[in-house]
Amino acid sequence: MTRQILVFLVRRLGMTVLLLLALSLLVYGLMFLAPGDIARNLLGTRNATPQALDQVRAQYHLDKPFLWQYTHWLSHALTGDFGTSIRTGAPVGRMMRERLGLTAAVSGLAFLLSVLAAVPAGVVAALHRGEWLDRALVGWSVVGISAPGFAVGLILLYVFAVGLGWFPVYGTGSGFLDSLWHLVLPAVTLALGLGAFVVKLTRAAVARELDEDYVVFARSRGLGRARVLGIVLRNAAVPVLTSLALMVGYLFGGTLLAEVTFALPGLGALLEQSVLFKDFPVVQALTVVVAVLISLTALLADLAYLTVDPRIRNRMAR
Amino acid sequence: MNAPLLRVRGLRVTGPQGTIVTDVDLSLEHGGTLGVVGESGSGKSLAVKALSGLLPRGLHATGEIELDGEPLDPDGSAPQWRRIRGSRIVTLPQDPFTSLSPLHRCGTQIGWAVADRHRRAQRVAELLAEVGLPAEVARRHPFELSGGMRQRVAIAAALAGDPQLLIADEPTTALDVSTQAEVLDLIARLQRVRRMGVVLITHDLAVARSRADQIMVMYAGRVLERGPGSEVLERPAHPYTARLAACDPPLDVRLASLPAIPGSVPPPHTVGVECSFAARCALTVDACRTTVPRAVEVRPGHLAACLRIGQADPRPPVAEAPEHGGAREGAAPALTVRGLAKRFRGAPHPALDGVDLTVRQGEAVAVVGESGSGKTTLARCIVGLERPDEGTVEIPGLPAGPQRIQIVFQDPYSALNPGLTIGACLREALAVAGRPASDVAGLLALVGLPADHARRRPRALSGGERQRVAIARALAPRPKVLICDESVSALDVSVQAGVLNLLSRLRRELGLSLVFITHDLAVARQVGDRVHVMYRGRVVESGPAHTVLSAPTHPYTRRLLACRPAAR
Repeated sequence: MTRQILVFLVRRLGMTVLLLLALSLLVYGLMFLAPGDIARNLLGTRNATPQALDQVRAQYHLDKPFLWQYTHWLSHALTGDFGTSIRTGAPVGRMMRERLGLTAAVSGLAFLLSVLAAVPAGVVAALHRGEWLDRALVGWSVVGISAPGFAVGLILLYVFAVGLGWFPVYGTGSGFLDSLWHLVLPAVTLALGLGAFVVKLTRAAVARELDEDYVVFARSRGLGRARVLGIVLRNAAVPVLTSLALMVGYLFGGTLLAEVTFALPGLGALLEQSVLFKDFPVVQALTVVVAVLISLTALLADLAYLTVDPRIRNRMAR
Repeated sequence: MNAPLLRVRGLRVTGPQGTIVTDVDLSLEHGGTLGVVGESGSGKSLAVKALSGLLPRGLHATGEIELDGEPLDPDGSAPQWRRIRGSRIVTLPQDPFTSLSPLHRCGTQIGWAVADRHRRAQRVAELLAEVGLPAEVARRHPFELSGGMRQRVAIAAALAGDPQLLIADEPTTALDVSTQAEVLDLIARLQRVRRMGVVLITHDLAVARSRADQIMVMYAGRVLERGPGSEVLERPAHPYTARLAACDPPLDVRLASLPAIPGSVPPPHTVGVECSFAARCALTVDACRTTVPRAVEVRPGHLAACLRIGQADPRPPVAEAPEHGGAREGAAPALTVRGLAKRFRGAPHPALDGVDLTVRQGEAVAVVGESGSGKTTLARCIVGLERPDEGTVEIPGLPAGPQRIQIVFQDPYSALNPGLTIGACLREALAVAGRPASDVAGLLALVGLPADHARRRPRALSGGERQRVAIARALAPRPKVLICDESVSALDVSVQAGVLNLLSRLRRELGLSLVFITHDLAVARQVGDRVHVMYRGRVVESGPAHTVLSAPTHPYTRRLLACRPAAR
């Protein structure tokens, strides 16, 4: 059985690598599909003198065949070298590394907040199905899902930063506690939308398990409430894990809006500026990094299923 | 020890719509077995759920429950139940495929109810041995076990708290015939050894007859008859019990038409001050519709709640049909299947292993077998829902298309689209066959349903009515051959008889040929001119129904016949 799981892992990893290759090819190719002359696009706002254009063509090897250019770019990208930004002239890799910490902190905080609040809230709602507590939680999560992140961000800013003055209006702060204090509002903005999604999925998963025969049978054998809840939670874990894995993908989309709203110099803000400026190397690099992140989360989620559900392990073994 | 194990007086279950179970009285001795018999909607499951304090949300029980002399609070949320459930009363659910948590190992699940942590592993091993399973099952997950083994694991888990009373809710309905007998034997043995009381809920009269000392018959939330097991079923006093017993198809003779009970069980809360069976009873007089009959003693210990006791014979007349035997020899074949083979990926043995089958025009062939015998794969290959690896399916004289062959599935609850009205569903089938939408009423009449059912949705129909709609839908393209895949096994006996009669009428009137897939030998006896017995993808025995089922030659057929509960 372990051998089959190993085979599965290798195959799954291989698929991930293939997927990422295809994606990077697509992302790299997009530059060539963008309207206008590539050399002029890559020149940005600089004067398009014939010398400058020649220089760009040489720098980006535009005279070489497409596949050669792609492999050249990819082999450098693998070492963390994504070329230089058109907008600032700085190496893309360094620009991303400088901003990564902030985005990771905001997203991580948001993820933590939404998991810690939403999973228990979903479980509580399922346990009190049809009662006022359930309706209140579900009602709030509908609001959370429907409200656009930038609007929630603005409202939070207005109420808690401008009105009450509990939190700073913008900036990142210095030192751990100060940074945390600065990042609370953006993280809450992100967590509200994502958490609402997790509340609904957790509630549905737990409610379905509560209706199962094995719950009645467990109760009829005299098992206590806590024990029965433990059994139910283990069975509801797979859909909840799935929703958490999906969340990571949405997290990056959400962080873009949050960073812009709260004027935080993170990866999201960088992406926004680079897209507006047609800063191709940066956009390429960011897209690939996000793709890698999402693929790895999906892989992790699959591994988590394996540990949680023996039936999935068994299916793999065949 | 003088008090009976369980004494219940005036148990009543009420829900938001009204009273669902009315005035149940019962008593059970230590080590005794009470069979609770009833069709779906009889309230039997809710009545016993109330006995273990496990009523679903929104339902409430009132009345007196006494366990071994100790009064129990009918409200299941009372703190008292925490020490009753598991260690005094335990409920074994119907379906071993859903009653165990799929993610936990069997040993873990059995051990949950063992209080002493240090002795847990040893106790689990003892319990497994007690239900006849090897100790290594403790490390397995439920999905790795067969249905019968899972039910044994569930029984072991139920016994972990050494209960005095085991309530078994249809414990064998989800299992194969041969496994059914094993599980019932196991329960009986454990009951003897542990001197445990058993309440056995079943819709199967044969099971009740062979296993219970006392029988209680329920209908629409009321107890109609109770008494000693042999008495109640051999000499029924209530017309419903008599009709129900007659609906159970016999294995030894073929009846011209099966006695069915017209109509369906009314929802209990709609039954007013009247006999709940009055609307379907052949013996109803005016008084039946204005009074609730009180239970009267027919013979010592045998009570029945009927006004007409002693005035009319409750048993309906029956008529035998001529045996078809090898009849229809002369007719041309309507369906020829040759050398059908199919193997699913990863399966230990082929689902079909060279199956031959010929159905003549107007003939009914029954295919019997247990789960895993390949009978459903055969049906699906014939209709083209599954592609066989080898072999041919020929329907002489007709080009490919829905006119040739249609199928009726097992579960009428999932076979109809819940969003479509019956009319829309039939119009769709008619349109596919190129027939006008005006034929809907005709189709409904053909299956014995009133034309106004076209406006209803499936959820407004009973199981039997839904299955009739499914048959009407299959008949829309005027097929020559109808495949019925366990088409009556999800239905109650009284309803099943009606659908079987319908199929036999359709055969006569439309000249239909039938392939009837079933696990029930008695049903096969009633439907089939010829019977094919399948085992592990092969037809191990075939021939005229009366020969195969009364003088079987293959050991597998003999084993199947021996396992019928009535045979004990």
